[in-house]
Amino acid sequence: MRFVLTTHYGQDVNLFRHNGQRFWYALLAVSVVVAPLFLSTFYVGELVLVFIWAIAGIGLMLLVGYTGLVSLGHAAFLALGAYCHAVLLGYGVPFAVSAPVAVAFTALVGALVGIPALRMTGVYLAIATLAFERIVAYGIEHWEPVTGGLRGMSVPQPDFFGVSLADSYVLYYVSLGVLAAGLFAAANLLRSPTGRAFVAVRDSEISAESMGVHLARTKTTAFAVSAAFTGLAGVLLAHRIGYLAPDAFTVQTSIQLLLLVVVGGLGSLHGVVFGAIFVGYLPQVIALARDVLPSAVGQIPGLELGVFGLILALFLVFEPLGLYGRWLKIRSWLSLFPLYRKATHKRQKAYLRTERVQ
Amino acid sequence: MDSNQAALFEARNLSLSFGGVRAVRDVSFEIRRGEVFSIIGPNGAGKTTVFNLINRIYDADEGTMVFNGEEMSRMPGHRVAELGITRTFQNTELFDRATVLDNLLIGRHVHRRTNIVAEFLFLPTVRRQEIAFRSYAERIIDLLDLQGSRDQMVGALPYGTRKIVEIARALCAEPELLLLDEPSSGLNPEETEDLSFWIEDISADLGVTIAMVEHDMNLVTAVSNRVMAMADGTAITTGTPAEVQDHPEVLRAYLGD
Repeated sequence: MRFVLTTHYGQDVNLFRHNGQRFWYALLAVSVVVAPLFLSTFYVGELVLVFIWAIAGIGLMLLVGYTGLVSLGHAAFLALGAYCHAVLLGYGVPFAVSAPVAVAFTALVGALVGIPALRMTGVYLAIATLAFERIVAYGIEHWEPVTGGLRGMSVPQPDFFGVSLADSYVLYYVSLGVLAAGLFAAANLLRSPTGRAFVAVRDSEISAESMGVHLARTKTTAFAVSAAFTGLAGVLLAHRIGYLAPDAFTVQTSIQLLLLVVVGGLGSLHGVVFGAIFVGYLPQVIALARDVLPSAVGQIPGLELGVFGLILALFLVFEPLGLYGRWLKIRSWLSLFPLYRKATHKRQKAYLRTERVQ
Repeated sequence: MDSNQAALFEARNLSLSFGGVRAVRDVSFEIRRGEVFSIIGPNGAGKTTVFNLINRIYDADEGTMVFNGEEMSRMPGHRVAELGITRTFQNTELFDRATVLDNLLIGRHVHRRTNIVAEFLFLPTVRRQEIAFRSYAERIIDLLDLQGSRDQMVGALPYGTRKIVEIARALCAEPELLLLDEPSSGLNPEETEDLSFWIEDISADLGVTIAMVEHDMNLVTAVSNRVMAMADGTAITTGTPAEVQDHPEVLRAYLGD
């Protein structure tokens, strides 16, 4: 076990606690940077998808994992980012303008969705965001002149500072850069007053307000920031898939995003990456399993959605801290061995809480 | 305590009903700068409701509240902390899935001067502010002897420590008026005794005015300058602890006729 002697407050504020951490993160950074040299185009494309999932996951994690607001409508933000970007590119707007505009537009819509959300929590909020997702999908399906309706539209692939984003390798490094910057920005936010206000709203609205946290503004901010990250993922996704159609952004996408944050581990940015890898590769595992399983099971239509739901439920019941939480437990088992006790991570009984005020 | 000293907080004719229940009826009182003011009374007397009115969790049906010369009876709830009033809750309302230090840093929320763009980039202004916040939180940790639990998750702490952490969080906002809602409930006698020293320290060292709702008469007598007794939503009497304890109406409220 490592104990860090804190000698100045700056150490508490830093993202990395000690040089050991810096070393491992640097190693990870180097390995993802050189990875494409050893991988085929197919696997590079798959990794791009994982990065895009992770960027969208940051957005949903800030909302669900840190602010405690659930959303089943994030596929809509993904779609808004992707379509807005693609439509602007179609009008000849350069990438450097259309991408920020698409993100800003998604953030604005997110803030507007956040306003009715001020009065809702839990399952009601989930249903309201689900309805929002349907409205956006309906709009995309029926606004044919702009979105191409059900036929969809192809995404123009402009030059990005002299290189084409249609090239998987270029998109790989762009997405990796965006993901790294996104994780850095989110980590920064979480060690600042706004991030702590998110956590305060999640854990106790009444005491957050009594400590001076503006509930409405904090929740709207959380929605806007969350939508912005997801919209940014949408921009990259538009280039990754090259052709936008409404069936790429369905309720299933929203559930996959929720699966990502829950399986990864609510309330941790590490969990976003774990969850993205999981969600990114799960459909392939299911596809492989379909071949192996007896045809009565393997050929059931909608098997994927069922498996997603099952995994979501199992994680909520048995490992609410997700894959990252599981990893932390394994790590503490290794560092405490042989002193680890079964009850080390037993969940504590909650104390009686003050009566809620409407 | 000088009786003609200026009031820090003044409530006039506060009333609040929940449906047919008149929880607070025409209650007037003042809290003077620098004092420890206690509200006592049997269960259901409306003591916590008075705190919830001051804290703007409830809207008073009638009456006015003035803090530092500023009318606050229609102020939004989150502004109350900025004004200089923070509080603790009867059964503690901490942020369970955060460390003690993070809870205290939320206490500094009203003193933030950074915007979200600077926070995303963690500009030097944000870093300096974070370090200043930590150094203030550390002062409060020292004052209330919380060093041992500063990096622990609040959800895992024993109840007595949680009550103290909540006081620490309220103090981190540098309030002028601290509201303590039954600070000794759930504490053992030894912890209650420590609490009375801390209340004196908070009052003397930090110069914070304290108002508290409390059942433990030993604690009330030990630390209070003035006491207000309530029963059935009305204020019966206000005076020194000894005066209030011997007041016939107070005895009747507690013991019956």
